Amino acid sequence: MPTIVPPPLGAPFAPGGDTAIDATLAQRLLSIALDAGGDYADLYFEYRVTADYSYEDEQVKTVGRGVSLGLGVRVTKGDATGYAYTEDLAWDRMAHAARIAGQIASGGGSAQPVDVAHVAIPDLYTVTTPSLAAPPADKLELLRAADRAARAYDPRITRVEASFVEQIKEVLVVTSDGHLARDVQPLMRFGVRAVAEDGAKRQAGSSGGGGRYGLDYFAQAKKDAASHGAEAARIAIAMFDAQDAPAGEMPVVLAAGDSGILLHEAVGHGLEADFNRKETSNYSGQIGKQVASTLCTVVDDGTVPSSRGSINVDDEGYASKSNTLIENGILVGYMHDRLSAKHYGIKPTGNGRRESFRAMPLPRMTNTELRPGTSDPAEIIASVKRGIFAKRFSGGQVNISNGDFVFSLTESYLIEDGKLTAPLKGVNLIGNGPEVLRRVDMLGSDYELSDGIWTCGKDGQSVPVGVGTPSVRISKITVGGTKA
Amino acid sequence: MAITNEGGSAASITTAGVRELEQVAQHAVELALKAGADAAEVLVRDGSELTAKIRKGEPELVQEASSRGLGLRVFKDGRRAVTYTSDLRRASLAAFTAETVTLAALAEPDELNRLPDREELATSYPELDLYDDAVACVDAKWALEQCKRGEAAALAADARVTNSDGATWSRVLGATAFATSGGFVGGYRGSYASFVVEPLCDDPSDPANPKKRNGFWWTADRFLARLDDPEAVGREATRRTVATLGPRKLVTQECPIVFDPECGRSIVGTVFSVANGSAFWRKSTYLIGREGTLVASPLVTIDDDPHILRAPGSRPFDGDGLPTRKNSVVSAGVLESVLCDVYSARKLGRKSTGSAGRGIGGNPGPTTSNLIMRPGATPKADVVKNTARGLYVTSMMGFGFNPVTGDFSRGAQGFWIENGELTYPVSEVTISLNFDELLKRIDLVGDDLDLRSSTACPTFRVSSMMVAGSDE
Repeated sequence: MPTIVPPPLGAPFAPGGDTAIDATLAQRLLSIALDAGGDYADLYFEYRVTADYSYEDEQVKTVGRGVSLGLGVRVTKGDATGYAYTEDLAWDRMAHAARIAGQIASGGGSAQPVDVAHVAIPDLYTVTTPSLAAPPADKLELLRAADRAARAYDPRITRVEASFVEQIKEVLVVTSDGHLARDVQPLMRFGVRAVAEDGAKRQAGSSGGGGRYGLDYFAQAKKDAASHGAEAARIAIAMFDAQDAPAGEMPVVLAAGDSGILLHEAVGHGLEADFNRKETSNYSGQIGKQVASTLCTVVDDGTVPSSRGSINVDDEGYASKSNTLIENGILVGYMHDRLSAKHYGIKPTGNGRRESFRAMPLPRMTNTELRPGTSDPAEIIASVKRGIFAKRFSGGQVNISNGDFVFSLTESYLIEDGKLTAPLKGVNLIGNGPEVLRRVDMLGSDYELSDGIWTCGKDGQSVPVGVGTPSVRISKITVGGTKA
Repeated sequence: MAITNEGGSAASITTAGVRELEQVAQHAVELALKAGADAAEVLVRDGSELTAKIRKGEPELVQEASSRGLGLRVFKDGRRAVTYTSDLRRASLAAFTAETVTLAALAEPDELNRLPDREELATSYPELDLYDDAVACVDAKWALEQCKRGEAAALAADARVTNSDGATWSRVLGATAFATSGGFVGGYRGSYASFVVEPLCDDPSDPANPKKRNGFWWTADRFLARLDDPEAVGREATRRTVATLGPRKLVTQECPIVFDPECGRSIVGTVFSVANGSAFWRKSTYLIGREGTLVASPLVTIDDDPHILRAPGSRPFDGDGLPTRKNSVVSAGVLESVLCDVYSARKLGRKSTGSAGRGIGGNPGPTTSNLIMRPGATPKADVVKNTARGLYVTSMMGFGFNPVTGDFSRGAQGFWIENGELTYPVSEVTISLNFDELLKRIDLVGDDLDLRSSTACPTFRVSSMMVAGSDE
């Protein structure tokens, strides 16, 4: 095998890079951006290197790599934002972007000299060797191991697809209110999909994980490549026995971990402060009010070590934090970016995130968690006469204005007389955020953080997130099955 | 005076600009061959965007930028690598292409990893009228003015509109060039403008749980003059939004479902997700083995047509460099063809349908161009009139579809139909039925068709689906 040179991992704008950006250069750009009279400006430099490996038909099919580099300039004047970006870090291109963004403020003004200073930030992802710098052969072996494990699980497994995607994102944020922050954000994701065939019947299952890790991710218990392969195969085979899901209202027990995406949809988005600042959320004006059952304490925590949703610093230069949103059922706070924090007269919460230099930051979730309760998870299932146990999910969606959300189950079981019985075909749950959270009547002591697989979309921008919950019982929610 | 469609603004894309991009693509192909590739394909895109948004009468956002990117795929000894970069400088490109060739050694050989056969390539392609320089000439000031007018009309149309998520005018301009070492080179440019208004109402119907109701309406076209007036868009957005106030949840039941074209097209898109070559060879569709047989009601005919002049999904050649053509996907209920790119066609032992799509950073795969379910004989209004009771669905939520089994379950919002008329709004229900059965139960197809989007359909009815709601 030939020597494969790892891509250059240092950003061109980092100290010593081709187009190194220091405080003085950044200050000059900010001054240009504010020249037309804007009251705030920021610069977001981003360098991203991605590599991916895909495996199917028992072969490494494609090896891919991509590099992107750019600067986004934002200028605000009151509630109005001007935004421009460039992929070329030549001085005249950057200055042009700064002027275009600055045009939002017409009327002129005297640009203030801008002083910037480094922001102290935590170190939440201590990756000794970024996976991009590890030998490619090690990654190919992970794909093969997953394939072997899936095929070994059952002879009815006829197809296996495995993929490994790794990324390093280096950012430099400089703001006209004096912040300068640099961060290097590693991210990796591994996924396996297995197809099983039994005569003319066909089923599929998948499993995956990742986070802000290097290849050390796979050293964790049950997170090695073979475990993911076997899990994908287990689900595909288990689904052969799946029955039509019931239709109508009934109790639902959510398994610990990935069920947090219900929380993400039912309450998370509605507590992003931009919607509340504009009074477009059903949670607008609800601070201090009871919006969930008293069992519920919900936190958005960007500081969980190595989690997919964690960030040392947000994309506006504020260090990441743990923010309590709901305490014992009472709404206590929103997630803010700079714009909304200013509107509410509070400090930003470290939730200003963006997909890339091509987009302006918005209040976004990081790792959204429902704190554990005191019930034994087994007792929660045993307490249900007839209902559903939801274990795996493909995603969800919410309408911010009225709080209605759906949530798609890919692995679930019927609960009859307190016992799990038949596996069920894929089915949706539909509910209204505040109504469903008021119906949370049991919480397990078994808190679990999701593995790193979730991506959240808002206004066309995708960002990696984490979720976490204990086992949860919801006394009543609509199950969208086909059986009356 | 001559009328030109060239270079009216700094954002304009000229035909000379497209030719330059083709040369960049050809140059990169040569570099890859020099670096030792057996074959290479290069896609280059150059584009710009303008977005302007007004909220409550004041500017909220003006975003303006341009960007370019180059995607490269190389084959060496039957192995392939796919890379992309935004750094198109000549010196950088040489290193980038050489690195890509080295990367290919990590993959394993696949005898299907080769370029399309020469006789399959497009040698000429149609002019589809996809670019309007008037779109390029729009500036932020004019766009903001459209937004102000549209939002003001929405707020004035009904006193129940108490807030606004704003009005947004956007345009995208782009040039695409594609070259391969197999002898293909081609390029084209396109424009697309869109305008959306999003009013908001307070819904006082449930005092214990204060809610808001949002809605929207939009217009979009490749040609500026074909956009609807901002006032008309604003008024329609308000009409649709206030109609959703005070919704009820239905009792769990089976009933007929009428799909409004705004959400019906997602059903048509789902048909493609199970009727493409990639899903077939990956065994990710319940339609395997069903070609040539009835997979939908005889009322259903679906075509994929890339040659409609000025249409949003039209394209002169595909992502493999093959000529595009009109394909019949479903004809009177029979699955006629499965849309394929070159690789999936080879996997299935057949010919490509000229349906390859390709992004900057990935392998080509089957995609749709203008995927259209053909209008039927029933006047649009009669689809509802002929329904004694049922659910008229205006929007769906969630991702409840399993392509392998066809299990389908999604959240739905709309209006209850009683005695052939729309009555009260409905929300917080799901509609479910296996997709195979859903297509077969389509029993009324309207005579309407709106081509604003690249996937389109008329109003249609499914005779019965399970609606899950409340117990009583």
